Amino acid sequence: MARRNPRFLRDLLLALLVWGVAASVAGSFLWLVGDMLWHGAGQLSWNFLTAATENAGRSGGIGSILVSTLLILAVAMVVATPLGLATAVLLSEFVSPGNRFAQLVGLSLDVLAGVPSIVFGLFGMAFFSVFLGLGFSILAGGLTLACMALPIFIRTAEAGLRAVPDDWRRGAAALGLSRSAALSHILLPAATPALAAALMLGIGRAMAETAALIFTSGYVDRMPSSLADSGRALAVHIYDLSMNVAGGDANAYATALVLVVLLIVINNIALWLAQNLLQKRIAQS
Amino acid sequence: MILSKPSISSPSRADARLTAALALAATLAVGILLLIVLFLLRESWPVLQRVGVLRFLTDPGWHPLEGMLNLAPMLGATAASSLGAILVAGPLGVASAVFGRYYAPPAIAGLFRRMVALLAGIPSVVFGLWGLTVLVPRIAQWQPPGASLLAGILILALMVLPTVALTAEAALGAVPESYLRGAAALGLPRSGIILGVALPAARGGIVAGILLAAARALGETMAVLMVAGNVVQMPASLFDPVRTLTANIALEMAYATGDHRAALFVSGLALMLLVVTLVAAAGRLGGRQLHG
Repeated sequence: MARRNPRFLRDLLLALLVWGVAASVAGSFLWLVGDMLWHGAGQLSWNFLTAATENAGRSGGIGSILVSTLLILAVAMVVATPLGLATAVLLSEFVSPGNRFAQLVGLSLDVLAGVPSIVFGLFGMAFFSVFLGLGFSILAGGLTLACMALPIFIRTAEAGLRAVPDDWRRGAAALGLSRSAALSHILLPAATPALAAALMLGIGRAMAETAALIFTSGYVDRMPSSLADSGRALAVHIYDLSMNVAGGDANAYATALVLVVLLIVINNIALWLAQNLLQKRIAQS
Repeated sequence: MILSKPSISSPSRADARLTAALALAATLAVGILLLIVLFLLRESWPVLQRVGVLRFLTDPGWHPLEGMLNLAPMLGATAASSLGAILVAGPLGVASAVFGRYYAPPAIAGLFRRMVALLAGIPSVVFGLWGLTVLVPRIAQWQPPGASLLAGILILALMVLPTVALTAEAALGAVPESYLRGAAALGLPRSGIILGVALPAARGGIVAGILLAAARALGETMAVLMVAGNVVQMPASLFDPVRTLTANIALEMAYATGDHRAALFVSGLALMLLVVTLVAAAGRLGGRQLHG
């Protein structure tokens, strides 16, 4: 018994340590979420979501900010979706496993996924805003975010296409379908939920972004009248309210709450699409 | 056509056209990365050529309007805040993974994992807002001015902890069950199984996760910008306000011109090289998580 004691003590110490760490991580998370609800929930109302910003954001709502955010996201996804879908189809359907070009594409996507957002901001400003002459505009911001969201979109879409059973491809070939016909009539419809999930994840990545937008889509908080206008995204609004506007904290928290709730909804839709729908479709056949 | 494997089942010409179009799109996707590198180089070239790399470390200070371009204080701040964040988040993240994998009852483990995933999804600007309004005033009561290296480290640690925890948990999950059963059969206590068998076997994946977390901490802009105080100085203590490379870019890009602007692009280029190296190293390690 005496020999067993130190071992028992070590077990107990490790268990205490591990439970303690888990409790403190959970505690910080609840503290953060609790503060967000506490400071933000009181400001939330239909009026807050639809009204224009007033007094540099201290009062009024975030209507124009939401519209700008949606426009930026729309530009980003309209550009990223066809490009990403084509790349994903190429990687999963049209190249053999050891293909050099496919490896190069994969590698550059992994690198692109790791590029810091402020570097995307620098690039977006130098290329879209200055070189292409788009200036501070929703278009420039959306295009920058399209570059950022591309890797996660391609990787998710590619995984979804790969999850379609090979039997279906062989069956299509046996029926004499061309590969493009098999793609448009069998593979893409089968992978639709995964493609939608990829879209959602791309939107989520783009929506959380701040640093890449400061120098590309800018700060202007008016209602944008065209894509060439500067528009302020939700995340930029939070930054500006908390750093540059004294007394903007309450509305910053309310905006943060809106942003986080939107992100959670988008992520859960993506998760649900990726897990349930795809499995059901394949299982039914 | 090297891009498509020769296929008897698809002789159609439409397929060849489709493959060509897809290859074009993929080339564009690769082109984005090239374009980024190209434009960073193009914008930073004038100052790199005229001033040289060395002066970014030897100039008497960061006074870009007078042509003094010493990036060393910002490099020091970036290194200190990222290192600090990893020192905090590394052990905590690994312990969280051990908790989820070996200690928590299934219901709690599922809940805990969802919580960590949620934490991973919170945008950096929200962490920054919370740090600025909650953490900084608390540190200020204890050691003014509050907006400091410590605040930056704590917020960064909270941000990158999910990266460590999720990758470490996946790596622990990949440890063969037979290792654990063998260790238990040898009479090892629980702590011995976890510390002596499971963690060493998952070492590769855990280190890869920590490298990814370091890359995320180095590249993070908004959260540090909002809580770290943004004074250009080499950090001498945890309570000094500091300005990281990323924050420096975000703060000064709006009005920078000429050499100043080019110097900011140089720091962006350096940052990108650093982060990409870390991500590549993590990818290599993650590829061979298990040995033997």
